[in-house]
Amino acid sequence: MNETATAPKMTTRNVDVFYGDKKAIDDISIDIDMENVTAFIGPSGCGKSTFLRTMNRMNDTIPSARVTGEITLDGENIYAPSMDVVQLRARVGMVFQKPNPFPKSIYDNIAYGPRIHGLATGKTELDQIVEKSLQRAGLWNEVKDRLQESGTALSGGQQQRLCIARAIAVDPEVILMDEPCSALDPIATAKIEELIHELRGKYAIVIVTHNMQQAARVSQKTAFFHLGNMVEYGDTSEMFTNPKEDRTRDYITGRYG
Amino acid sequence: MNNRASPDRTLSRSTDWHGDAMQKRIAKRYAAERRFKYTGFAAVLISSAFLAFLLFVMVGNGLRGFQKTEISLPVDFVAATGGASAESLRGENAERAAASLDLQGVINTAIDIEYGADAELLFTDSTWTDARDQLLANPDLVTRKAAIWITASPEIDRAAKADGNAAAEILYARLKDAGKARTSFNWGFLTNADGTDPARVGIWGALKGSIITMLVTLALAFPVGVLAAVYLEEYAPSNRLTDLIEVSINNLAAVPSIIFGLLGLVVFLSWMELPRSSALVGGLTLALMTMPVIVIAGRNAIKSVPPSIREAALGVGSSPIQVVFHHVLPLALPGIMTGTIIGMARALGETAPLLMIGMRAFLTSPPQGLSDPSTVLPVQIYLWSDEVNRGFVEKTSAAIIILLLFLLTMNAFAIYLRNRFETRW
Repeated sequence: MNETATAPKMTTRNVDVFYGDKKAIDDISIDIDMENVTAFIGPSGCGKSTFLRTMNRMNDTIPSARVTGEITLDGENIYAPSMDVVQLRARVGMVFQKPNPFPKSIYDNIAYGPRIHGLATGKTELDQIVEKSLQRAGLWNEVKDRLQESGTALSGGQQQRLCIARAIAVDPEVILMDEPCSALDPIATAKIEELIHELRGKYAIVIVTHNMQQAARVSQKTAFFHLGNMVEYGDTSEMFTNPKEDRTRDYITGRYG
Repeated sequence: MNNRASPDRTLSRSTDWHGDAMQKRIAKRYAAERRFKYTGFAAVLISSAFLAFLLFVMVGNGLRGFQKTEISLPVDFVAATGGASAESLRGENAERAAASLDLQGVINTAIDIEYGADAELLFTDSTWTDARDQLLANPDLVTRKAAIWITASPEIDRAAKADGNAAAEILYARLKDAGKARTSFNWGFLTNADGTDPARVGIWGALKGSIITMLVTLALAFPVGVLAAVYLEEYAPSNRLTDLIEVSINNLAAVPSIIFGLLGLVVFLSWMELPRSSALVGGLTLALMTMPVIVIAGRNAIKSVPPSIREAALGVGSSPIQVVFHHVLPLALPGIMTGTIIGMARALGETAPLLMIGMRAFLTSPPQGLSDPSTVLPVQIYLWSDEVNRGFVEKTSAAIIILLLFLLTMNAFAIYLRNRFETRW
């Protein structure tokens, strides 16, 4: 589609992921562009979430997981010893499948990240970050009068937008979303999708989803995963109208999955 | 889609949901539920009955321990002391001045004059110390003829509580009618240390010893236990060594307490040569015993913190230590505190290991610090229960009441803390 001369935000080259001896991801190379939404689709257990979690090294928390190959952020290998994982995870934010706000106030949920990274010099600046993040996540009008209430008291959809606001608050460059709508009803899902559309202009967004319609609605690029392999990667419109591989076509048309 | 089987409509229904057999099954299920409910209720009832019985017996016996019987004794201090001035009994030389007055002789004479042959039954040898204490508290007494209240002998005390022998009860009844005997709240029991006269012993020495010992135990076992739990849960690599440590800690929690006493004896007294009988050594020994309990409770509490919270924290870029201190520990704290209190309550009631390290000494003054010889409540209870003098029976019960109150206070504090920090999801 629109050709951009700029280098991709993130690249992966020949990435394999092992859980113990079992190979979960086999030789995946992909480029993630800025200001784009990239969707990972595929049946359950195909490795799309695993792959997503290698991109901000969340897999480090699983002792048996091992990653080979190269993943770069702005050309820098994120698995290099010189890479600071804490900073990496601030730059590559993550939204999880199940909304997981901290059992703290709405305000503290958002303010936590900026606080630990020292992004605000004072109370007023922190207030501004909280307000801006909540506004950008489309939650400000619903919660502005009850910022001191617990974040866990919100509805599921609100909680997930709170989590997105929390990720935005530390000013990341990439946002990884691991099936962010799977625990939400259609109305909440629609709101999140709308939000993804709006956020697209400022971040590189990678979203894992089970829902092919969702991938078609929100993404510009789609990667189809099957059994640990990336079967096909390309422009979303192209993939959904004219898939190159038979497996992709079968999955998209609902023959399995 | 086209290879999917179509529904099989030839299947016939064979289950009769309204038949007799089914009704019987339902009735049986209801009966089982009812039986279970009643059994559970009975279990609760039985445990409550035990508790009520314990409290009833202890309070019944122990409350008398908080009362003392006093006999009125007129003393002509002016004549007996040869006109000592009230001024001499003030200031820092007061004790020496009082000692020079031969109060023992004065009181014995006064007793002879007032009660004659009954004196033997009414008072004990240490009676004069009451007079001294009252003189020091109120020096003006020495310039007049006054009736002072003297603690009665254990026999009279028991008679006053309708538990004495015939002679003592008759004598007490006579004095009571004459207004020369009274019972009052025994403040001395809360402020004195151990002694030989049950009417004059107090619990403060043992209580203070217990408090100091518990503080030492808490100060050592809590941080070490929590840090060990955090390390094992959050940092330790899963290998043979970690497994070994885990098994050892679990075993340590099950080791009989007397063994910890022997360990304390060898390590703290023989090798490190810390002061014998001291609250410091007692606290160290009990800390060894409490620590594994805290580690196990702490690990369980940390384990029960949902992984999603850890992921959320890591996801916004928390370092591992921030994850632990900002998120995991605050959420695990109520559970950790519950475990700590259980461990501390066990330590508070522990006698055997403390006997091993010499905390069963007879001490007539409360400990002044960590290294002073001291005893603790359960040891004091054990010592008093072993006394021949019948007067110690009620003191033993009274001491048990104090121990239970201490425990209740500790538990109440724990519940308060837990509710305060408990997270509502």
